[in-house]
Amino acid sequence: MTVSDVLTAALGAVALGAGLLVVTTRHVVRAGLWLVVALGAIAGLYLVLTAELVAWVQVLVYVGAVVVLLLFAVMLTRAPIGASDDLDRARWPGALIGAGAGAGLAALLIDAFRWTRVDLPEPGTAERLGAALFRTWVLPFELVSVLLLAALVGAIVVSRPDIGARVAQRRRG
Amino acid sequence: MHPALPFTIAALLFGIGVYGVLVRRNAVLLLMAVELMLNAVNLVFVTADASIRAAVPQAGQSFTLFIIVLAAAEIGVGLALILQLYRLRRTVGVDDLPLSDAVEAPGVEASGDAERAVAAGRTADAQRSGGHAAGDGTGVAG
Repeated sequence: MTVSDVLTAALGAVALGAGLLVVTTRHVVRAGLWLVVALGAIAGLYLVLTAELVAWVQVLVYVGAVVVLLLFAVMLTRAPIGASDDLDRARWPGALIGAGAGAGLAALLIDAFRWTRVDLPEPGTAERLGAALFRTWVLPFELVSVLLLAALVGAIVVSRPDIGARVAQRRRG
Repeated sequence: MHPALPFTIAALLFGIGVYGVLVRRNAVLLLMAVELMLNAVNLVFVTADASIRAAVPQAGQSFTLFIIVLAAAEIGVGLALILQLYRLRRTVGVDDLPLSDAVEAPGVEASGDAERAVAAGRTADAQRSGGHAAGDGTGVAG
């Protein structure tokens, strides 16, 4: 066991515990806050695994933007502030399938890697990752920007009820 | 560094996400569970990048960045859909959704719901969207 192993185990325990609370807590708002803890722990795992830039992007985009958006949605849909009992369906089928998927994947990956030891590569700094992105992955990068624009326009169209509705009404009438 | 450790964490995190998607009723909580699953996949990519020598350096981390961007786009569209759903039906429970819109197709059922919402006088917002929908409904009827 090296220092990075200990750090990985500790951060992984935090991430798993917080993730479990996200899917089991009876408070909607607390689920969002536990998601912050889980995503932060995963960002720490990225740092241990030498993915520097990815860790900071995770903090910026996930913890900064996605969780805030989710909390906005919680507030705008007027979720109850206290505990609510009707958040979950029957638990055991979901628990069975979730545990099966998790255990199966874990068994597969553990069987593939056993207890082999690897030396960590050079850290993925912004310079190295930028070179990889703009040399090897330029086309996907540009496509992703088009996809973001499409998602932006799509979100606006979906949230404006007056854009598509009148045409449908006219056709129906 | 033993790669089996982060790989196991990622697999278990994915299982937790699957459980959340299957069990949660609230659509916002469902999206949170989907985020957990996406993060588990990202963790697999980053761990593989650190533990397997690939022909293209930093491929796994580049893929992780792409997935983070995709997740941001997904969450934007998903939340727009959820808010629109809440505006129309005053609920975000995925169990309350009809599987087909055959019942609502003539526009009679929807306007009836809206009029009931107005009669109940729940909120100003409900009255605004309900009045709008009711007006459209009477327009169709006329």
